Amino acid sequence: MADFEVPELEEIPVIPKYKDGAMAHSSPYIAKVQFQEPLGYPGELVENWEEKVYEKMDDLRKRYRSFQVYLDSCVKCGACTDKCHYYLGTSDPKNMPVARQDLLRKVYRRKFTFAGKYFPKLVGAVDMSKDVLDEWYSYLHPCSPCRRCSVYCPYGIDTAEISMAAREIMDSVGVGMKYCNEIIGKVYKIGNNLGLPQPALEDTLEGLEEEVEEDTGVAVKFPLDKKGADILLVTPSADFFAEPHVDGLIGYAKVFHETGANWTMSSHASEAGNFGMFIGSYENMRKVARRIREAAIDLGVKRIVFGECGHAWRVAYSFLNTLAGPWDFLDPNYPVPQHICEYTHDAIQAGKLTFDKSQNDWRTMTYHDSCNVARASRMGDKPGGQFTIPREVIKAVCNNFHDMPAETIGEATFCCGGGGGVLTDDLMELRVKGAKPRAEALKSVVNEQGVTHMAAICAICKSQFTKVLPYYGFTMDQIVSVHQLVSDAIVLTKNDSGAAAPASASDE
Amino acid sequence: MGIEVNGKVLETDEEGYLADLNDWEPEVATAMAKDEDVELSENHWEVINFLREYYEEYQIAPAVRVLTKAIGKKLGPDKGNSKYLYELFPYGPGKQACKYAGLPKPTGCV
Repeated sequence: MADFEVPELEEIPVIPKYKDGAMAHSSPYIAKVQFQEPLGYPGELVENWEEKVYEKMDDLRKRYRSFQVYLDSCVKCGACTDKCHYYLGTSDPKNMPVARQDLLRKVYRRKFTFAGKYFPKLVGAVDMSKDVLDEWYSYLHPCSPCRRCSVYCPYGIDTAEISMAAREIMDSVGVGMKYCNEIIGKVYKIGNNLGLPQPALEDTLEGLEEEVEEDTGVAVKFPLDKKGADILLVTPSADFFAEPHVDGLIGYAKVFHETGANWTMSSHASEAGNFGMFIGSYENMRKVARRIREAAIDLGVKRIVFGECGHAWRVAYSFLNTLAGPWDFLDPNYPVPQHICEYTHDAIQAGKLTFDKSQNDWRTMTYHDSCNVARASRMGDKPGGQFTIPREVIKAVCNNFHDMPAETIGEATFCCGGGGGVLTDDLMELRVKGAKPRAEALKSVVNEQGVTHMAAICAICKSQFTKVLPYYGFTMDQIVSVHQLVSDAIVLTKNDSGAAAPASASDE
Repeated sequence: MGIEVNGKVLETDEEGYLADLNDWEPEVATAMAKDEDVELSENHWEVINFLREYYEEYQIAPAVRVLTKAIGKKLGPDKGNSKYLYELFPYGPGKQACKYAGLPKPTGCV
């Protein structure tokens, strides 16, 4: 099945002995000129690129204080070494977070610290060279900005910020990654990562309306570009396109239907995910985020709700105001923006939704905390809401739920192995190996608690698990959307005029 | 990179997708499938042809539900599901079938 060795899952996970250069052969495809230029980057390695690397590094350390603090403050205590899923899965010591940071730090020291300028050998400082650049390209992409290492670092160093800065530096000298940069270009040109134009979106949504009406007898709408709607739903384009994502989208639509919401999606802002973050580019992240603002103003909405998308929620929750605000034209009675899980949770609390939980009795669920929701955002008005709210939604619609081991969930959650720009076929070996810690945790609850399915609220997690779980003996359909569970249990009580639904629907 | 079809070498990208959609002819699909040890049956062709028709109209491959619904209509309801499509295209209908049909690879969180 694979042209690399798939790791064996261990019952009690062991920290592997390091294997030098185990992943040295792995790096993503380089972006060609047509994928670089729309993002404002040179199409190939520029002349005098070593100097340009230093200039960009200088620019970034002045713009982001955190970047310089992280580069200065590591004391090599080693607390992070066994915390990265990519190290645990590949055994390559350069996938230890501290080693990943050091690839950049050694150049930073040479140029920007006293010791590095005058005693480079004493502090491991080196000049920029093609070898260093190649090593950056190989080892600063296998970081899924998941921030797990930062939880365990006594100084709170976030490797993700260093990896993202490295990608921005590489892009600025003409060495970009095809996967991310091609996708950002599609957002600029068409409006979403997949490149689904408006007519295709419309056709897809019409098909979903037919499907839901056939299944339930209720005309649940999937409105697109509806001016005057109250709520704009911004969701990953994978929700329109792929499985199990689309079942989540059907779930959102049923919840909106039952709460009587006047909602819409937008073809202009038909993407929640913001790959600008993956490549550490403020300018590109801002340009992607501005589309949401433009759509909100154009459609005249009062609220913005985000669908199930992990990194999107980080950008939305943490940065949307500075990227695309101010949002003073939205209704201040609701969070800006709001997560679909918050929306559904509020509706459950308010008694607006009716469920037949037995519809999910054939499943025993567990929940995968998506890394960027867990460690870079929050939900609701209490600390830890990002952990409790999705679980409370699941428990409201399912009778059988068990958490995975504590050291693998919540703020200690493991990345799916495909986050932050890694979800590409050219990195399949890395993706499979990086999923090992999560697969081990899943296996333990499958064996001990009879768990059958794992739910997630991130498009990347869902696609990644669909692809990699089979390498570990699971099936691709064991990963589901949280709102798929909502969709299967919800009792539709209204037809589209707000009156009681036909009897056939309540039989569902 | 490239693929040789009918004596001509057609340009492909790093992953073997045709660089120019207009280069496609049925032999392209046959040659790509042969490289991956897949023998194309009539049902494979139903999928490939539908992908091409849809692409021509919408400039994108169909979403999985659009595809399964269309295939269910053509080949019978028992085949209108992604499980069957994965039997036909083990690497995923979205990617493998698109490649054979000469379409660009779907990108994004898929």
